[in-house]
Order: sequence, then structure tokens, then C-alpha cells
Amino acid sequence: MKRLACICFTLLGILPACFAQMDVQKKLMAQFIDADNNSVIELPEGSFTLNASLWLDGKKGVTIRGKGMDKTILNFNGQLSGAEGIKVTNGSNITIEDLTVQDTKGDAIKTQLVDGITFRKVKAEWTRGANEKNGGYGLYPVQCSKVLIEQCEARGASDAGIYVGQSREIIVRNCRATENVAGIEIENSLYAEVYDNEATNNTGGILIFDLPDLTVKKGGFTKVYNNHVHHNNHKNFAPKGNIVGKVPQGTGIMVLATNNVEVYNNRIINNITTGTAIISYYITENPIKDSSYYPYPSNIFIHDNQYEREHTKATMKGRMGKLYHFKLKFGKNVPHIIYDGIQDEKTKGQQILCIRNNTNASFANIDAANNFRNISREMKPYDCELKISTTSN
Amino acid sequence: MRKLLTVSALVLVILAGVSFTRKPVQSFEKKEKLSDYGFFLGPLADLTPREDVIPYHLVTPLFSNYAEKSRFIVVPRGEKAEYNGEGVFNLPTGTVLIKNFYYPNDFRDPAKGRRIIETRILVHETDGWKAYPYIWNDEQTDAFYDVTGDTKSINYIDHRGKKVQTSYVIPNKNQCKGCHSTGEVLLPIGIAARHLNTNFPYKQGPQNQLSHWMEKDILDKLPSGMIPRNSKWDDEKDGSLDDRARAYLDINCGHCHNPKGAANTSGLYLDIHTIQPNLYGVMKTPVAAGRGSGNFQFDIVPGKPDQSILYYRMNTNDPGIAMPEIGREQIHQEGLALIREWIKKMNP
Repeated sequence: MKRLACICFTLLGILPACFAQMDVQKKLMAQFIDADNNSVIELPEGSFTLNASLWLDGKKGVTIRGKGMDKTILNFNGQLSGAEGIKVTNGSNITIEDLTVQDTKGDAIKTQLVDGITFRKVKAEWTRGANEKNGGYGLYPVQCSKVLIEQCEARGASDAGIYVGQSREIIVRNCRATENVAGIEIENSLYAEVYDNEATNNTGGILIFDLPDLTVKKGGFTKVYNNHVHHNNHKNFAPKGNIVGKVPQGTGIMVLATNNVEVYNNRIINNITTGTAIISYYITENPIKDSSYYPYPSNIFIHDNQYEREHTKATMKGRMGKLYHFKLKFGKNVPHIIYDGIQDEKTKGQQILCIRNNTNASFANIDAANNFRNISREMKPYDCELKISTTSN
Repeated sequence: MRKLLTVSALVLVILAGVSFTRKPVQSFEKKEKLSDYGFFLGPLADLTPREDVIPYHLVTPLFSNYAEKSRFIVVPRGEKAEYNGEGVFNLPTGTVLIKNFYYPNDFRDPAKGRRIIETRILVHETDGWKAYPYIWNDEQTDAFYDVTGDTKSINYIDHRGKKVQTSYVIPNKNQCKGCHSTGEVLLPIGIAARHLNTNFPYKQGPQNQLSHWMEKDILDKLPSGMIPRNSKWDDEKDGSLDDRARAYLDINCGHCHNPKGAANTSGLYLDIHTIQPNLYGVMKTPVAAGRGSGNFQFDIVPGKPDQSILYYRMNTNDPGIAMPEIGREQIHQEGLALIREWIKKMNP
């Protein structure tokens, strides 16, 4: 019977489907599980349908290598077990390159507790495009150090396309993120550099967040530069409850409650709601029960960016939309840079935000702490410089 | 050639048998077939243990897709597990834990036989705990080492007489670590006082398992009183609703969701030692839950199970959402009902 089915498939011209996919899966799994340290797991060219995660655990110096981003395709549509496509845990010096992971139920590639993890020419995508039923994260290193993500693509994640969480020493460069809720997100992470990326048609282009209730509480010392962040006006399709569900459609770069962040030399174009937003955690209206959490952004330096936007209204959707519509009333004259003005009593009088030398920038401090009573579009008070380092020394 | 192999395998078995009885097992040698270890006497599928292979069970066990489990521990002769009240006992090198997963053909009548699906062996070797998964053949004559797992189709009649057909995903070797890891090391879960402190129906009659282990001389430093014990999750007479719900979450979730577990990225701790309500989910916002949030704001909203992410994720078998991640091809309806009740009665 099996043979008969095979022959039928062949007649239909779907020969690859016949290629006992289960055998391929078993072989790949065994390669991942039994990989020797300092070895290369070569994945063949072709499109493979898998129903369970490929998991590499406790290995050193292993490279997982396909034949090219669009040549080796692992598709997880129909996944029965394990939410991720590829998972790497407890390792060091791991490289994943030249492959595509598609349509996972959960995250596409998750790496946890890896010291030295490189993603190169890797694509994570949900082929139906933006959809709330897609998995949360595309490329997802968490609790890792020495993270390098380059020449990668992420498309369709219902949370963040490229998401680095609770990690340190991070480079994200030459990547492209599109049709995700968040294009690139750095969360509760230290010493990140995000440069030469393109983020377009996401809900928010690049997000730098610090959130409460996590083991790694304090991120920051991060630079975001030379990126092209444009047309991030996609409807927010994140399931509620996730913090990115609160990001308004039309956000370019957002810094939430993170300290020591420098945003410069970016082209921030046609993001309808805000080019760059600097906000505290209070704006999320989530309760804070974590007493060691610092909910304010500080030491933020925004300079030498190029801003452009069409003369159009900000989003009308969600709480932020309502805020723009009923409280801020900018009409079509929406400022490129928004600061919520919620400041720590202890840092009052200090320069915690500097904005200088941007092309075509406009600004508003929306005075969210006082029910938006004294909205100020005066940028002068923020004309200063800050020195921000992305190393621990 | 094959014959020669069989002969040498036989010799190995005999040697293994000898080494098991004569001296403590120091170095463990992985075998291709479960039968090669000689843990069981007679037909393998009967799982009749050798004398030093001691059966045990847990007060509140981990749910695994409605499979039943029969568990055994082998402590090397002359060695002892060391009691502690908090966590997993310190077990001597050479200790072997054997867990068999099976489905009775009819859950109402054990006499109608069963089908054993897999056997997982956890061994304490000199460089730490290692997991060795074995998959049973359809003839039920033996189980074979397989690191990659498998998916089986299962049929049985459940407690209510309903015919059930389900897939059963046999985890791969790495997935063992999904549950059994603390920090970066593999550890047993059930071998802790609070899970073991209950009677077991031994051949000689029922006896407290810890006392039995003392009698068998495989446990050391058992105190005379104050031994912790989790509630039996499905016995309404055994502890308060809170006790039973926390015992259920402890064994089903706490092995990952604890400050050192693989799920500590979430900041949600469901182990029995976590006492602060916001840490075990009360009005806690999710982190990196993705579509697991189900459009809800908080892990637990007191009084409102239908708005609680914890409940939502237990109430689905979508692998992108379902919790726990493994052994959940079916929803555990009875466990779900307990958690529902617990959240419902929780004071805001």
C-alpha cells in the first residue's frame, strides 16, 4: 500500500514528498542529538517537512549548515511535538547558517544558555505572512552571550522577528525584518549593537525594552545605528497580553524603560505614529510588582538621524490610537520623536534624554505623568550629548 | 556472524548479571535492548523486577498523555541514597531509574492487558545523570534504544468506557532534558521526599516507601518526623484545594518553572517552594509567551480561570501553546478541572 501511494505521488510529479520524510526527520534528529563537539551538521538541499523540533543540546563548536537560505528549507507545518523548529541549549560556539525555517507552531529557532551563538544567512518565516496564529519569535536567542545575527531575514512573527532576550554582547547587522509585530527587539539585554539592518512593514521596526519580573532585569548600553527603519505601519497582530501587543502600528524605533541607549545615523522614514519613542513602563498600564525593576528610560541619546513622514494622521487603533486622537491631538502634524515625560523623582533636573543634530526632526514631550496637560514640542531643553558605551569596561 | 554476535551478547548478559549481583555497578554500559540489562525476570512485558529493582510511585505524578507508568529504582549494592527534605535525594553513582510508559487496553479492567510504549532509563554516571530511551516493539517482546523518539498511534478504552484514539509522541533523548534539567545538568524529578512519602502496595503488603527504602538499606538519614509530603492531587480528602493544586503544578510544571529551571526565562515559578503569589502567576504579565497568551493579560486572574493564561495553556493541545510541552497530545481534563476550581476560588 505504501508503495502504491509512492507510485501515485511519482505519477503526480511530487517525487520529493515520496522521500520518506519521516526517515529524513529521524536522520536529522539523530545528527543533532549525537553531534560530536567541533563538528559540522550538513543539511542537504531541498524542502523538508518535519513534525518535531530539531534539538542540539550541550555541544561545543558545532555548525549547523544548510546549502543556502532558500536552498535548504525546513518546514514545520503540521508539527506535533516541540513548539520550536530548531532549538539549541546549553552549548558554546554554535553557528547556524544558510538555511530557512518555516511555519513553526511556536518559535522558529530558539537558543538558550549558549555562549557564542551565530546566526548567518538564516531565514525564519511564516509563509502566510502576518497572522496572529503564527509563532512568537523568528530568531530567538535567550540567556545567551556573544550573539551574532547577520544577513538574516525574519518574516511573519506574531511577536518579534529577531528577538534577543536576557542576553549580553550582541550584534545584529545586515538583517531584514518584515511583516512581524516587532521587527527587531532587544529585551533585558546588555551591550547590544544593532546596525545596517532594514526593518519595514512591521508594526514596530526596532524595539529596545526592559521588562519587570525577569531574572536578568537590567539591560541597556545599546547602540542602534545606520538602520533603515521605514513604513512600519502594519496592523498589530500580536495576541494580547504580550508586551508588543501594546506597540502602536506605525512605530519606527521604541525605547522602553531601558537605560544607556544611543540611536544615531538611522533613516527613520514614514512610520505613521512615531519615528522614535522614549517611554517608561508606566505607559503600558501594566502593574509593576517587581520592586527591583527600574521603569524609567534614562541616558538616551538620539542624534544624526534622518526623519521623514508623510503628512498624515497617526494610528487611530488601540489605546495609543485613542491617546493620539483624544489627548495628543496632533492631527497630521505628528512629531517624529515622542517622550512620555514620566521621570523618576530622583533624576529630576538631570539630562536623561539628549536629542541633537537630527535631520528634519520634530518632537513632543507628551507629559503623560500629568494626564497630558502640558504637552511641549520644544526640543531645545534636550540639546545635549551623552557618552554611551557598549562594553562592560 | 549474527550467531557470533548473539553468543557474545549472551556472554555480556551473563557478565552483566554477575556484576550486578557481586559488586556495586561503577560504570554503566548502555545496551541496545532493554532485556540486555536483566532488570526484569520472566517475560519482559510482565515487568517483574529482579530483587534489587524496587518499584515505587509518586503521591502526585506527572501527567503524560494519560499513559500509566511503572517505575523502579536500582541503588548499587552497599550504597545509599541520602535523604533531604527540600529536593531530590543525593543518589549514589550507579543508581538507575527505570520508567515504563504503558496504556491498559481498558482502564476499567487491568486484566484485559496493556501495551507498553516506551521505557526511559536515567542513570547516575560518574559525570552526571544520563538518559537512555527505549521503544517497545509491537510484539511486546523487547524495547530498543532509540535517541530520536517516535510517534505512535494509541487505542484504549478510558475510565468512563469511552474508546480513545490518540497519537503518542515518544520524546527524543534531548527532550528528556526538557523536564529533567536544573541549570545545565540533568536531574531526576520524583526522587524527593514530598513525592515519595506515601504507601506502596509491595508484594509483602503496603508500606511507606521511605520506610521500605530504609529497611532495604538503600536510604540514609531519614528523620523520624517532619517529612514533607505533597497532597494527592485527585483526592479531595488529602489536603486543601490550594494544597492539591500546588502539588499538581509542582510535579507537572515546577521542574521547568523554577528559578533554576529551563523556563526561568518566563519569571513564572510553579514549584512548591515558591510562595509569593505574583511569582506563581497571580496578576503576572507573560514574557515571550507569543500566541501562548491567548489574548489574555495575566497568567492567573483570581476568580477568573477563563481569563488566565495558565488555564488557557493547559486547555489546548496545540503544540505552539500547550503546557507542559511534552506528553500533552491530549488535554488532562481532570487536572484542568482542579486548576479551574483553584483559580475560581482564589481571592482577588
